[in-house]
Amino acid sequence: MSFPQPKPEVPQLPQNLLRTIDCQQGAVRAVRFNADGNYLLSCGSDKSLKLWSVSRGTLLKTYSGHGYEVLDADGGTSYQTQSQGWLTLEIPFISTDSYDNSQLCSCSSDKTVILWDVATGQVTRKLRGHAGKVNCVQFNEEATVILSGSIDGTVRCWDTRSRKFDPIQILDEAQDGVSSLKVSEHELLTGSVDGRVRRYDLRMGQLHVDFINSPITCVCFSADGQCTLTSSLDSTVRLLDKSTGEMLGEYTGHKMKGYKLDCCLSSKDTHVLSCSEDGHVYCWDLVEGSLMLKLPVGKAVVQSLSFHPSETRLLTAMEGRVQVWGAEPEETEEEVVVVQQEKA
Amino acid sequence: MASDSDSDGDFVTFGTPLEPLEEDEPLRKPVPLYEQTVKDEKGRYQRFHGAFTGGFSAGYFNTVGTKEGWTPATFVSSRQQKAGRQNARPEDFMDEEDLGDHGIAPRQITTTADFASGRKDVIRDKARAITSLSAPIPGDTVLEDLVAPARSSMGVELLRKMGWKDGQGVGPRVKRRLCKQRADSATRAFGSASPPNGSSESQDEEDGEFVPENVTFAPKDVTPIDFTPKVDLHGLGYRGLNPLAALRGGPGAGHINLFTMDSDRTNSLFGEDRKGQRRRGGVAGQGFGVGAMEDDDEDIYHRDIMSNYDTVLGGEEPGNGLYGWTAPQQYNRKKKDHSKDAAYLGKILEGFTLASDKLETKTIFPPPNLPRDFRPVHYFRPVVDLSSVSPMVAQALQTSRGHMAQEEPSKGGRHQLDSAQRRELLGEATLQGPSSVFDLLKVEDRERLSSLRRPSSDTSSGPRQPTPGEARAAVVAAGVAAAAARASAQKALSSRFAPHAEQQQQEALSVWSGPTAQAQTGQTFKPFERTPHKQARYDLYIDQLKQGDRDALELSLDPTMTEWERGRERDEFVRAALLYKPSSSSLSCRFTRGKQDDGVEADTVEVTRDQENDVDDKQAAVKMKMFGKLTRDTFEWHPDNLLCKRFNIPDPYPGSGFVGMPKVKRDKFSVFNFLTVSESPTASASPAPQGVKPSEPGKRSRWDVSGQAGDKERKEKDPVSEFLSVARIEASGSGPEASTTDGPTTDPTVEPDTEQKEEEEEEESRPSMDLFKAIFASSSDEKSSSSSEGESEEEEEKEEGVRSKAGTGPQISNQLNVNTTQPAPPVSTTPSQHPDILFKTPSGPAAAPPPRDQEMEEEEFGPRLPPPSSTLTAERRPSPTPSAKDDKHKKKCKEKHKAKKHGKHKKDKKQKKKHKRHKHKGKQKKTKKEESSDSSSEGSDGNGQEDGEEGGGVSTEELLRRLKSIRGKNLQ
Repeated sequence: MSFPQPKPEVPQLPQNLLRTIDCQQGAVRAVRFNADGNYLLSCGSDKSLKLWSVSRGTLLKTYSGHGYEVLDADGGTSYQTQSQGWLTLEIPFISTDSYDNSQLCSCSSDKTVILWDVATGQVTRKLRGHAGKVNCVQFNEEATVILSGSIDGTVRCWDTRSRKFDPIQILDEAQDGVSSLKVSEHELLTGSVDGRVRRYDLRMGQLHVDFINSPITCVCFSADGQCTLTSSLDSTVRLLDKSTGEMLGEYTGHKMKGYKLDCCLSSKDTHVLSCSEDGHVYCWDLVEGSLMLKLPVGKAVVQSLSFHPSETRLLTAMEGRVQVWGAEPEETEEEVVVVQQEKA
Repeated sequence: MASDSDSDGDFVTFGTPLEPLEEDEPLRKPVPLYEQTVKDEKGRYQRFHGAFTGGFSAGYFNTVGTKEGWTPATFVSSRQQKAGRQNARPEDFMDEEDLGDHGIAPRQITTTADFASGRKDVIRDKARAITSLSAPIPGDTVLEDLVAPARSSMGVELLRKMGWKDGQGVGPRVKRRLCKQRADSATRAFGSASPPNGSSESQDEEDGEFVPENVTFAPKDVTPIDFTPKVDLHGLGYRGLNPLAALRGGPGAGHINLFTMDSDRTNSLFGEDRKGQRRRGGVAGQGFGVGAMEDDDEDIYHRDIMSNYDTVLGGEEPGNGLYGWTAPQQYNRKKKDHSKDAAYLGKILEGFTLASDKLETKTIFPPPNLPRDFRPVHYFRPVVDLSSVSPMVAQALQTSRGHMAQEEPSKGGRHQLDSAQRRELLGEATLQGPSSVFDLLKVEDRERLSSLRRPSSDTSSGPRQPTPGEARAAVVAAGVAAAAARASAQKALSSRFAPHAEQQQQEALSVWSGPTAQAQTGQTFKPFERTPHKQARYDLYIDQLKQGDRDALELSLDPTMTEWERGRERDEFVRAALLYKPSSSSLSCRFTRGKQDDGVEADTVEVTRDQENDVDDKQAAVKMKMFGKLTRDTFEWHPDNLLCKRFNIPDPYPGSGFVGMPKVKRDKFSVFNFLTVSESPTASASPAPQGVKPSEPGKRSRWDVSGQAGDKERKEKDPVSEFLSVARIEASGSGPEASTTDGPTTDPTVEPDTEQKEEEEEEESRPSMDLFKAIFASSSDEKSSSSSEGESEEEEEKEEGVRSKAGTGPQISNQLNVNTTQPAPPVSTTPSQHPDILFKTPSGPAAAPPPRDQEMEEEEFGPRLPPPSSTLTAERRPSPTPSAKDDKHKKKCKEKHKAKKHGKHKKDKKQKKKHKRHKHKGKQKKTKKEESSDSSSEGSDGNGQEDGEEGGGVSTEELLRRLKSIRGKNLQ
C-alpha cells in the first residue's frame, strides 16, 4: 500500500445534549435536518411546520397551511458522495446548484402535499390526490420531483417543474400503506405496512421487492448507496444488501411494536440508530451489531430522529420537544435549559 | 299477407339518403359555372378540354407558351464558352406532369437493352411485322436480320464465357440417360402419338447411336415457359389476327385459328405447314367476306367444331420436349412407376403415385393425466439436506413445504361449509325460523310457484314434487342426503385428492338440489358465456343438479371430447357450481340482484403479469433469516418517461406504451382463475355469486391468519379491496349495513374464532387489539344487540362528543382490510387523546387541539403515531417539585387496568354512532368502566385534574415506567 492506512478514529457518538427546543406545536411528528444541516424542520401535530436554526435554537419561520397534523417534511436531499468501491464520485456543485434551499415540501394527514417557499412561507403549490393521509415525502435530488407515500398504498410522483397538478406517475404496487420512502440518484426505496421493501430502479426499469414479514416503519439508504436499512414492527432493524437483498446485519434490543418510528444511519455509515418506544435512541455499531449507545431521550416514545448530513449531530423528537445531540458538550446548554425551565 | 306496416319495413334502401330538407332553410344556390373550377396538385387551374376528347388542356391553351407568350431559350455564346449544338429531345418539351407517373413519358428505372432478357420487345416486334409487310420481300425481314449488328445481351455474353454454346441447354453436362430412351420406345410401342416434329430427327439419331459411357453431353436446350403477364383484354389464348399468316392466305384450310396452344405457336414458329397447301392471297376466313376472286365461300361463316377445343384440361401431351424442368408436373412424370401403382389395391387419385418408401407411422401418446391440484407454475424451493441442518431449521422447512398439505383438509374445509354445516360441526341448535323461503310462502303460493317453475325447469323430466307436502318431504330428504354427503365428505377430507373431488361434487349436488336453488328461476350466473356450447353443457349440468341427479356431471359432459378435456371440464363445472351456488337459506330473499353485473361492462380485469412468489416460502425464509434470493422478487417496472427525465436518467424502456408493472387482461369470470381454489380455500367459500374477485394464487385468506402467531403481522390484501377501502374512506358517510353484504365477514360462526383471538391478544397485552373487537363486534352485534339495548343507548348519549370522530374507520376495516389493521390498529385515538388534552390545556399558548372531527382520520392502518405527549408530567418534568403529580400517578397506577380495558373499548363506542344497537356481547360486564371513561373523554378539560384515575389510554407498562422514573428522580 502506498498510502498509509488512515488511523482508525474513535467513532464519535452524539451522546451529549446540546439543546432542547420546545417547539410549541403539539407533538412533533418528524424532525429533519435540511440539506446542509444548519437548519431543522419540525412537523407539528398542530398543522404547522417550523423551521429552526440548529445552532441557536431559534425559530425562523412557521409554515401554516396544512389542514391537519404534518407528518413529514423534506428540505431536499443532502447530496452524499456516492462511492463505489475504490472509485469515489463527488459531485458537490450539481446539487447545490439545482437544489438551492428555496423550497420545502411537507405532507400531512389532510391527504395533501404542500410545496413551500422557504423565504416567504407561502404555499407554492398544494398537491391533492392521495386518498389517505400522507406518511412520507421526499424531494428527488434536484428537487424537480416530490415523491409522497401515503396510507392509501400509493407513492405519487409530483412534478414541481410543470404546471400540472397531476402526479407524473402513481406507484401502486404496495398492498398496504406506504410508511416510509427515500430517494437516491436513480432509485426509490419504499417501505410498506405490507411488510415489503420495494426498490424502484429507474435506470434499470426494475422493481425489487424484499419481503420482511413485518410492517416496515422506516427505510434508509446507506451513504455509500450499497445497502438499505429497514426498521420494522418486530423490533428489529435490518441492514440489507441493496443488490441481492441479503441481510448484512440485524440490530435488536429496542422496542418498536406499534408506532411508526424512524431509524437512520450515521453520516459516515458507521452506526445504525433507531428510535425506541422506551424513550431511548439505540445506537449500534454497523459492522459488529453491538449496542454502542443507549441514549436516554425521555420517558415517552422517541418518534423521530435525523442525523446530520456531515457532522456528528443528531436530532430527536419526543412529544413536543426536539433535542439536539452532539459529540461534545456545548457551553450554551445551561442557558437553554434555563430558558426551558422559565418557559415551563 | 303482410300488413302495410310490415311491407314498409321490407324495403331495402341503397345509397346515402339526401339530407332532409328543412323548411326554413333557404335553398342552396347552385355553384355557378365559373366557380366550378378544377385545380391540379400545384393549384393551377385546369380547364376542361372537350367533353368527349377527355382530359385537360395542357400548357397555356394547349400551347407550350405562357400567358406572356413563349420565351425561347436564350442563346448565349461567347469566346470562352462556345454554345454547343443543342439537340432537342422530346423531354425538353415536356413539363413535369408529362414526366410524372401518369404522364406520357413516365420516368422509370428500366433495364437497358444490354441487360435486357432475350424476350422480345412487343412493340418492336409489331413494328417489325408491319415493316416486313412493306419490305421488298413481303413477310420477311431477312435483310434486316442479316444486316443487324451481332449484338447479344449481357447474359448471353456471360454464358458464352462460361463455355456455353448456342443451341445447348444450360446446366451441368449429363450422361445420356437410358430411361429417356426407354420412355421413347414405350411411346412408340403404344403408337398413340407420332414423335413431335421439332425434335424428331435428333431423336432418331440418338436412338441409333452407340453411346460411350464416358462421354457427357450438354443438356438439351429448353424453352422456358412463358410467364409474360397477360396485359391485353383478349380472351385466354386469343392471339389476334397475324398479318403474316393472313396475308399469306392462312396456314390452315381456310380456318384461321385465332386460338392456339403454345405448341401450335411453336410449330408456326418453325414455319411449318400442317397440311399441304393451297396458297391463296388475301385474307380469308371467318369474319372476312368473300372477294370476287374467290371461288368458294366455304368459310365465310364460322363453323366451330368442338374438336377445335380441348375437352380435357391440359390436353394431349405435346411431348415436343421443349419444356424444361419448369414444365408442368405431368409432363415430367416418369412412367416407370406404373407397375407399383398397379400393385396397389385401392384407388389412386389422379396425379398421385404410390410412395416409394413408406412413411413411419407416428404413434401418438396421450398426454399424461394431470394431478388434480397441479399448478402450472413452479416455485423453487431451497434444496436443503435435512440431515445437514439443525433440526429446527429442518422443521421450519418442512412446515413451509407441507404447509398447504396439512392445513387444507382441516382448515380449508371450514370455509367451504355453509352455515348449516358449520352449525352442525359446532353442535349448535338449528335456528327456529323458517329454513327456506318456501316455508314462508303460503300453500297456494307455493303451488303456483311450482307450477310456474315446472314448465321452465322440469321439461326434461322427472318426478318432481307436485304438492307442498311432498316438497317439504323432498326438502327433508335433501337435507338428509346433504348430511350424509357431508359425513362422507368429512371422512374423505382426511385423504386429499380424488375424494376431495367427490366431496365437491356431492357438495354441489347438495347445494343445488336444495329448495332455494329451485326458487331462483333462470337467474343462475353464466360463467361460460364466451363459449355457448360449454355454457349449454353447464346449464344442463345445473339443471340436472337441481333435479338431484347424482350423475349430473357425467351426463352433461360431451362424450366426444377427450378424456383430458372432460376431466378439465368436470373440474370447472364443479367449481363453478360451487362458486355460483345459490345463496342459501332465508338470506336469499333479502337480497336483490344488482341491476348490472360488474361483468357486463368489463369481462376482463387487469392483473399484473408478474405475481409474487409463494408467501409461505418467504416467511419460512424470514424465520430462518435467510434473506436474499428467497425473499426477493424482481419485476419489470416501467417508469414514466417524464419521471426519467426529471431524474436525469434515460428511459429504460423507450417507446414502451405503458407505465408501471406490465398488466395482462384476464377473464374476470374464467374459472381458470379459480383453478387454484382448492389450495386456498377462500374463493370457493365466498357465497356471493357476483363481484367475485380473481383471487391471486398463493394468497391466503385473511381468516387463515389466525392460525399462526407470526402471521398476525402479515398483510395480504389485493389491490381491489384496497381501492375499495380507500374509496370508503372517501365516502365516509356510507352506512354500516353495506358491510354486511360483503363476503365472509357476515358469517356468524366466525365469532368463536375471533373471541379466541381476542383472548390471545389480551394475553399478549397488545394495546392494538381492541380493534379486533371493533371489527368483529360489528358482525356479531347484530345478533346480540337486542339484549343490551338499553345500556347501549345510555352510552350513546354520553358518547356523542367522541363518536363523531370515530366514524367509519372500524367499519372500513371491518369490511375489507382486517389484516391491514391487525398489527397497527388505530389506537392512536385512545392513548393519544387524553394525553393530548392533558398536555395541551396547561401549556396554554400552545396551539388549540386539532378539531375532533378531523381526528377520525386517525383510524390508522399502518404503524401508529406516538401520542403527542404522554402525560402532564412529561411536560413539567423539569420542575423541582413533582410530589403533587406523584399522587396522581399513583392513582393512575391503580386505574391502569381499567384504563387498559377502556382503551380497548373506545373503538366499540365509536362505532355505535352508526350501529345504533351496537353492543359487544362479551364485554357487557365492563360497561361501567366504559361509561366512566366516556365521561373522561368528553370532559376533556377537567381531565387533567379531576380524574387522574382515568389517566387516558396509556398502557400499563408506560405508567409503570413513568412511576419508576419519577421515583428515581425523587430519590435523587
